[in-house]
Amino acid sequence: MEEMRFLRREHLPHIWCVGCGHGIVLGAVIRAMDRAGVDQDRTVVVSGIGCSSRAVGYLNMDALHTTHGRALAFATGVKLARPDLRVAVLAGDGDLAAIGGNHLIHAARRNIGITTVCFNNGIYGMTSGQYSPLTPAGYRTTTSPFGHLERDFDLCRLVQAAGATYVARSTVYHVHQTVTYVERALAHDGFSFVEVFSPCPTYFGRHNRMGDPVTMMKWLHDSAVQAGQAARMTPEELRGRVVLGEFHRTTEVPEYARSYREMIARLAEGGDQGAR
Amino acid sequence: MSQPRLMQGNEACVEGALEAGLQFFAGYPITPSTEIAEMLAERLPRAGGVFIQMEDEIASMAAVIGASLAGMRAMTATSGPGFSLKQENLGYAALTETPCVVVNVQRVGPSTGMPTSPAQGDVMQSRWGTHGDHPVVVLSPSSVMETYVLTAKAFAVADELRVPVILLTDEITGHMRERVVLPDPGTLPRPHRPLEGAAPPDIPPMVHFGEGRRVLVTGLYRDSTGFWSESPEEADRLVRRLAGKVESRQEQLTMVDRWHLDDAQVVVVAYGCVARSAQRAMRLARERGHRVGMLRLACLWPFPGHEIEALAERADRIVVPEMNLGQMVGEVERAVRGRCKVIGYSRVDTELIRPEELLPVLEGV
Repeated sequence: MEEMRFLRREHLPHIWCVGCGHGIVLGAVIRAMDRAGVDQDRTVVVSGIGCSSRAVGYLNMDALHTTHGRALAFATGVKLARPDLRVAVLAGDGDLAAIGGNHLIHAARRNIGITTVCFNNGIYGMTSGQYSPLTPAGYRTTTSPFGHLERDFDLCRLVQAAGATYVARSTVYHVHQTVTYVERALAHDGFSFVEVFSPCPTYFGRHNRMGDPVTMMKWLHDSAVQAGQAARMTPEELRGRVVLGEFHRTTEVPEYARSYREMIARLAEGGDQGAR
Repeated sequence: MSQPRLMQGNEACVEGALEAGLQFFAGYPITPSTEIAEMLAERLPRAGGVFIQMEDEIASMAAVIGASLAGMRAMTATSGPGFSLKQENLGYAALTETPCVVVNVQRVGPSTGMPTSPAQGDVMQSRWGTHGDHPVVVLSPSSVMETYVLTAKAFAVADELRVPVILLTDEITGHMRERVVLPDPGTLPRPHRPLEGAAPPDIPPMVHFGEGRRVLVTGLYRDSTGFWSESPEEADRLVRRLAGKVESRQEQLTMVDRWHLDDAQVVVVAYGCVARSAQRAMRLARERGHRVGMLRLACLWPFPGHEIEALAERADRIVVPEMNLGQMVGEVERAVRGRCKVIGYSRVDTELIRPEELLPVLEGV
């Protein structure tokens, strides 16, 4: 229970609905913080707007609850100003992949030392159930009442292609796996990304005949395939399944905030005349 | 004293910011403000600070706020369309009381317009651009030297009051080159943020990230502990305090030049690049025997209504020339309340208002 020190317990209970997976993600995050030896006086957690973004308010450390989609842009300012601090972003799928999609790919491209945990429930919960870029095709939401026509992002492949140097995916059903991935992401020096599937029975479930929490949890279990197993499956067998695993991990790319500090040090020694 | 230098307005802005202790700049390329970013990309890292070109205007405003909360003196610079994009996070800075400076080198609008000709169309956007009632301070220079002075002043006000301060300049002032003599380095008073035990009652002391205080900064309305709140009483108290901390300091923030107001029957009220033409027109009119005076505004918001009220008691006419369809003139009329005649003069054809065209307006022909 050492991890409980990371919570502002006086502000519990949290705002999330019965059966929402976000509390499980937050629980995994604080266990991972405990295991990674996070110093709560030298850590800033940043979020945007949405159900999951309220998570930072419950964390007993410096917290920055910002505007919709912009968490990574704010976090970039914090990290560049104080590279000695650990910076983590907790964000929902709509926040991170729709309105904040540009900041996501650019933070990944820079390989700035920010750990991002995506609470992916495939829906806008705070506004009561509209489709997000992570809503799978065919599913019903309040704005796709006849079934969603668009395809969903593979966020892990997106951020890996953009330049992230640690990329993993899990679900709230696979709690231990989630804790492990977030712990490794926190320990990683560079842009690290963990996508966690989290059930929203209230809105996603209710519109898709999975209105009770247990059914949604079972759906997560049944759709999940571990990466090793997925490698032996055909594309047809993988249709509609969610592949879990650590997809990418490299230490060969320099972390951005440190590179900037090194440039400042080089300039202080008079080593660079610049472009002009 | 330093040697005289020939300098552009945007360059003076950079010098003023560095002298005020700028440590962090995030921006996005946009004419006619880009020189500020280019110069700071070179100057800031050499001084141990940080420059970053973000992926868009929104992100650069966000990064500035993040850096400021982490303890750095921070600024961004943009123009018209980019200024519109910054509005949401400007509101975030106002609500969270995060000191920062936003430079808007005005260009024509709406939309892309005729890039990148000068205009003064962002007077109201600078005051009311973000949604909701909010505090903001807007300074507007009329010369290269004043760009230096007001940029430094912007940081002082931002830090002291914990508000976003907008330096509302324009393409003409930003790109014009003039002879300036800057004060010696280190002679300007350094801005400082209110600290615990030394903060005025209506401004909370500034606590930065990484100080072990475990602060929550949120765009939601908050109670006195800083945690989000849905109490109507807390909401009312917060919104009124935020607006009040600027409004109650209106006189202290007033920055005007008063020329020939003692005998003036006609007063021209002007700001920014147009103030230069207006000043010339005033001189020409006086040479021709007309009792014309001038009030030049360097701080547009909070609007110095008390100065206008004093004029309205004495003058017959107030003339407000602007490179927009009449933004500040409405504010002047509000302060005058019918006590004298108020005449707006607009130009929106991308050309600067010339003294010769103002002369007949001042002379009442």
